[in-house]
Amino acid sequence: MPLFDIFDISGSALTAQSLRLNTTASNLANADSVTGDPEDTYRAREPVFSTVFDGARRGEAPGGVAVLGVVERERPLTMEYRPEHPMANEDGYVYRPNVDPVEEMANMISASRSFEANVEVLNTSKQMMLRTLSLGE
Amino acid sequence: MSTKLNELLGPQIHTLGIRGRRAKILAGNIANADTPRYLARDVDFEAAVRSAVGRSTMSGTDARHMSGNGLTNASPAYRIPTQPAVDGNTVDVHAEKGRFTENAIAYQIDLNFASSRIRKLIHAFRGD
Repeated sequence: MPLFDIFDISGSALTAQSLRLNTTASNLANADSVTGDPEDTYRAREPVFSTVFDGARRGEAPGGVAVLGVVERERPLTMEYRPEHPMANEDGYVYRPNVDPVEEMANMISASRSFEANVEVLNTSKQMMLRTLSLGE
Repeated sequence: MSTKLNELLGPQIHTLGIRGRRAKILAGNIANADTPRYLARDVDFEAAVRSAVGRSTMSGTDARHMSGNGLTNASPAYRIPTQPAVDGNTVDVHAEKGRFTENAIAYQIDLNFASSRIRKLIHAFRGD
């Protein structure tokens, strides 16, 4: 029954969006974690979403969202000359993560809006199913 | 016999199934609102109803023929995007939410019609 599938579809979207919210939280938390070595510096992460299809029928109804993985952003790290910093390297430079707080905030709002939309879909589907159960009463 | 009973229950029995399927497709669109290269889909409701009703009145010429059960195979079509995103996604979440709600209300209207038909039938069977 298609109405039952909605619980899987919207549920997968809730998982995907909360993972996106998690990466945003981790990016914002680490926005100021400076290090002296570019190899160890935190890099902004983001999840990659893809659509799951019912079986192999690509033209058919979509089945939900899957997170293919979490990738690190390519944008270069910012180098700062701060010789007094305890983490500075021998040349006096520290490396800042490539996190853009403005971008992260926008991402956070987008993720929470999408989450809400899917919760609404779940609630409406639940009502539809419960009404169907009382058919003929 | 089951076909006859379907006729008694009215067209809502078919439209309920189609609306349920449409709800699933629209839920998929909303779920994939942030998926790159996802193309929004929808079913042509009128064509789906026509195909469902046409199938249910098909005459069985053999006892082993199955009767139409109101389900349809009309496959979903891609929506024409109004504001396609840079990542190739064509879902307009607000429009999809509107359609989903509209579909849910129409589903409940169909349920009401079907319910009252069932009540009438039970009333007629009992004869009291």
